[in-house]
Amino acid sequence: MQRIGVFICWCGSNIAATVDVKKVAEAALNEPGVVFSADYQYMCSQSGQQLMKDAIKEKGLTGIVVCSCSPRMHETTFRKAAESCGINPYMVEIANIREHCSWIHKDIKEATEKAIILMRTAVAKVNLDNSLTAGTSDVVKRALVIGGGIAGIQSALDIAEAGYEVDIVEKAPTIGGKMAQLDKTFPTLDCAACILTPKMVEAASNEKIKIYSFSEVESVKGFVGNFTAKIKKKARFVDENLCTGCGLCTEKCPSRKTPNEFNRGMNTRSAVYIPFAQAVPKLAIIDPTACLHFKTGKCGLCERNCSAKAIKFDQQDEYIEQKYGAIVVATGFDTIKLDNFGEYGYNENPDVITSLELERLMNAAGPTGGVLLRPSDKQHPKKIVFVQCVGSRGLRPCDKPYCSKICCMYTAKHSMLIREKYPDTEVTVFYIDVRTPGKNFDEFYRRAVEQYGVNYIKGQVGKVVENDGKLTVYGSDLLMNEQVVIDADLVVLATAIEPDKTAKSVATMLTASIDTNNFFTEAHPKLRPVESPTAGVFLSGVCQGPKDIPETVAQASAAAVKVVGLLSKDKLTCNPCVAHSDEMLCNGCSSCEKVCPYGAITYINKEVNDHGKREVRRLASVNEAVCQGCGACTVACPSGAMDLKGFTNKQIMAEVDAICK
Amino acid sequence: MQVENGQFKPTIVAFCCNWCSYAGADLAGTGRMQYPAEVKIIRVPCSCRVNPMFILRAFQRGADGVILCGCHPGDCHYTTGNYYARRRMTMLFDFLDYLGIEKERTRVEWVSAAEGARFASVMNDFVKKVTELGPNKRITDLRCKPEKEGE
Amino acid sequence: MQKVVDIMKKRALQLLEQGTVNRVLGWKNGDFTYDQTPAVFNSKEEVNELVYNDFSAANLSKYLIAETKKEGKILAFLKPCDTYSFNQLIKEHRINRENVYVIGVECQGKVDVEKVRALGAKGVTGVEVDGETVTAHTLYGDKTFTKESVLMEKCLACKGKTHMAYDELIIVNPVEDKKNDRFKQVEELENMTPDERFAFWQGQLSKCIRCNACRNVCPACSCLKCVFDNPNSGVASKAVPDTFEEQLFHVIRAFHVAGRCTDCGECSRVCPQNIPLHLLNRKFIKDINKFYGEYQAGADTETRAPLTNFTKEDVEPSVISDKGGKA
Repeated sequence: MQRIGVFICWCGSNIAATVDVKKVAEAALNEPGVVFSADYQYMCSQSGQQLMKDAIKEKGLTGIVVCSCSPRMHETTFRKAAESCGINPYMVEIANIREHCSWIHKDIKEATEKAIILMRTAVAKVNLDNSLTAGTSDVVKRALVIGGGIAGIQSALDIAEAGYEVDIVEKAPTIGGKMAQLDKTFPTLDCAACILTPKMVEAASNEKIKIYSFSEVESVKGFVGNFTAKIKKKARFVDENLCTGCGLCTEKCPSRKTPNEFNRGMNTRSAVYIPFAQAVPKLAIIDPTACLHFKTGKCGLCERNCSAKAIKFDQQDEYIEQKYGAIVVATGFDTIKLDNFGEYGYNENPDVITSLELERLMNAAGPTGGVLLRPSDKQHPKKIVFVQCVGSRGLRPCDKPYCSKICCMYTAKHSMLIREKYPDTEVTVFYIDVRTPGKNFDEFYRRAVEQYGVNYIKGQVGKVVENDGKLTVYGSDLLMNEQVVIDADLVVLATAIEPDKTAKSVATMLTASIDTNNFFTEAHPKLRPVESPTAGVFLSGVCQGPKDIPETVAQASAAAVKVVGLLSKDKLTCNPCVAHSDEMLCNGCSSCEKVCPYGAITYINKEVNDHGKREVRRLASVNEAVCQGCGACTVACPSGAMDLKGFTNKQIMAEVDAICK
Repeated sequence: MQVENGQFKPTIVAFCCNWCSYAGADLAGTGRMQYPAEVKIIRVPCSCRVNPMFILRAFQRGADGVILCGCHPGDCHYTTGNYYARRRMTMLFDFLDYLGIEKERTRVEWVSAAEGARFASVMNDFVKKVTELGPNKRITDLRCKPEKEGE
Repeated sequence: MQKVVDIMKKRALQLLEQGTVNRVLGWKNGDFTYDQTPAVFNSKEEVNELVYNDFSAANLSKYLIAETKKEGKILAFLKPCDTYSFNQLIKEHRINRENVYVIGVECQGKVDVEKVRALGAKGVTGVEVDGETVTAHTLYGDKTFTKESVLMEKCLACKGKTHMAYDELIIVNPVEDKKNDRFKQVEELENMTPDERFAFWQGQLSKCIRCNACRNVCPACSCLKCVFDNPNSGVASKAVPDTFEEQLFHVIRAFHVAGRCTDCGECSRVCPQNIPLHLLNRKFIKDINKFYGEYQAGADTETRAPLTNFTKEDVEPSVISDKGGKA
């Protein structure tokens, strides 16, 4: 018989205000095996843990029930405390009387009754708990970074700096991501390329870093410390080892009508192209949807002109399998599609553009060579209207409910730069709120208003109408409480950002969770912000939520530190709650093997002694390092031979019984 | 089942997978979203850990409704667990219906870790439906045909 | 018909003589000629007792689990329907295929003596079958029936006369497959109101005396140790009459064999209380076909069983609660 101690936490008033903790403590003493119970203000505090430790020693406890917050919060805390007193950590169970009780019920009597049942259920489970010992598994000392924007580059550089191999897989033909498309950066106004391209080059030249550009992660198997990723290197129809990036092919290419992705489609590129001058790797790539050779089988000018003989029309996709100990997700973002925002006339009017397009229009390497000309007639716009929160902070189905965070600052930057370069331009900004928390951010915004005379109007834009090549913006001024109608030569939409379209498939592949907006979920929103709940998967950059560059870089480095911490271990402690087959009951029928997602079950022929009868039987054998403890096999097993440690059939039935009593 | 002031209060067992639904229930708690105290949650690693026997056991021991919550199909922490759970529960539920046991007493809902509000509304709805049905008697009576009505 | 059993005996003797096999699994008469029992014949002399006729209903596959663990090869005579169970057990690695020589034998459907009695034959002393005519010798004289009227329940739902596995075949009188709708009874139950269904099953299952005959005969119920006999399973609790196991034995058993049951009908055949147990298993088979595509357990030895399989597009369990129907 166990000697169980039950500890009820008040959580200040979080629990104690709704649950009569004394009553729960009293009721605990009536439960089988319970020899001690106590309540305390904060069980998770130092003194709360001490209370538990003292009781373990004084009362000779063998099992612990803590009635407190969710086990997802403090199970580890209490298990560690118990372990320090010689109790196996898996002899500790948590009754969740906060999130699942006190916080959702108002009636004290009702909540107390429920808390008692939850306590009783946990006691029933502890009564059947067994000491579990965790096994260990090896750590592959190599990291995978999915995404080669500034987040991925920074994570990779930091991991490499610590001495570990790291691979960047980037789906585009070059690394650099969205930052490479930016002109200047706030709040210092230094040019994005000047600070990013050295990092791109550094990543490419670092011998610990391997860049798979124009590649995608096809599948990921395995678990923390031991992932196997299949990487698809998409055919670029150019031999990476031979191409020198001279660009001659791009000049000779007769197909020149494809919208240039790098310039957000505001000019065109050839079918064989180099994404931009500072691309890393600087290699040509053929777009088969535009290439005449692929479409008609004729052309071949690039091939004939390439002195390096790098053009390979018959190149195939290539697959690489590689093992990794840790994975960093840095899949980044994109601006939302504006198809459902007809009021701004974005699809109809070339002079209604997104902020990211404006970045390209102002960039010296952009389609206009850095001269601000509006797309329709290549004239200098004299009146520019910026519209904030396009698709952000909205309530309609097409809107994003969140704040995209970066728009207020880059709009201040844009208006400031325009007023600086073209002082005769009138700049108006429609905003809901101006949000400038961040070092030197508010000062920056105030400069735009005070020093550069940008006209900020608090209010929203109802519609943008085009008349004879002239745009008219209908908005409201909430402070003046009046309708505003402004003529504009150019309208710039601060378009909401959303996770890259690959986020969901990457999350599924990694079994990492994402929220309703497809942003990756953190293991803990405050205390573990760069870890995914899936062990061994870390989050870097905007894939986790909207961020500016300094935040992205900080998070990328934080994720790298977590990766380095993981890779620096030689062995990892496995989850001991794994499947286990009872040899005396196993039929060897292979049902369990069929449903195991990890291939953790194999079959062995083994002699067993069944009550004196010796015979060789086919038996299921679980690889405890590979098993992740889902329990699929336990239900597939017809004989009940397969059971899950820590969540045994008997324990779950006892919990059911305790609830239904 | 329990009766309080003449009002039927069902006993509801909710099996929740650790990664999505249990976290969703935590989120409902963090958001102080009310749902009836009749719901008692059992944490399991994955919806695929739930043996139909556990559900039968709950009914046999007096539960009036049993609900299984897991990650949305495609989002299982263990990749495929909820797909197996989905088949098993479809089979079990239709079988119980075949035996004449009210099909509204069993339910599967996919609740993600982000769906705290959904967790609460699912539970509110389920408890309401089961309360309308009244106490569960049939499972325990399945093999108890009174003598006088016998063959 | 006599011809078939003669060929079977002859082949058995030959195979024993050649040393290909050292035992023979077949049927032999019990107290009455219509009451047969599965038997292992260990010598040429014993083979004389081998019988095979319209009463050889027992499915012999399950016996091969134990028999193929023994030394040497055994000759097994299997009817078409037995071969489904045989394949299923091979799939589950329970039968050692190398240790069995299978002779598939023809089958024209087996006669259910219980039905003969139910049709009014009292004091039956013997039953003879001649073609389509069944004659019951009783203390009060002979009574004749058409074979169709006294066919085994499982034969009415015959899966066909084709053997799914064999090393050789003995077919003297080939018969054509007759179409039948084996899910008709299940459908009838489905079309009842839940109250009617409950009344039906409560009436049937209340008759159960927990003799375990269904479990013992079932080729899918072949666990080395049944969960109901394992005190650690949390299911078995013999001492208390009002237990989980007592009340839900048939439900749990049906689920355990779901996707593995070949619909051999042995459970209903052996039930001393005449509970139509096959209607439990057949419901699962029907649902599997409906939701996950046609599947016949034991049709081969490779296909993944439906409950250890899935597709991403599988129906949601809510199809059950949403399906409406009579309340």
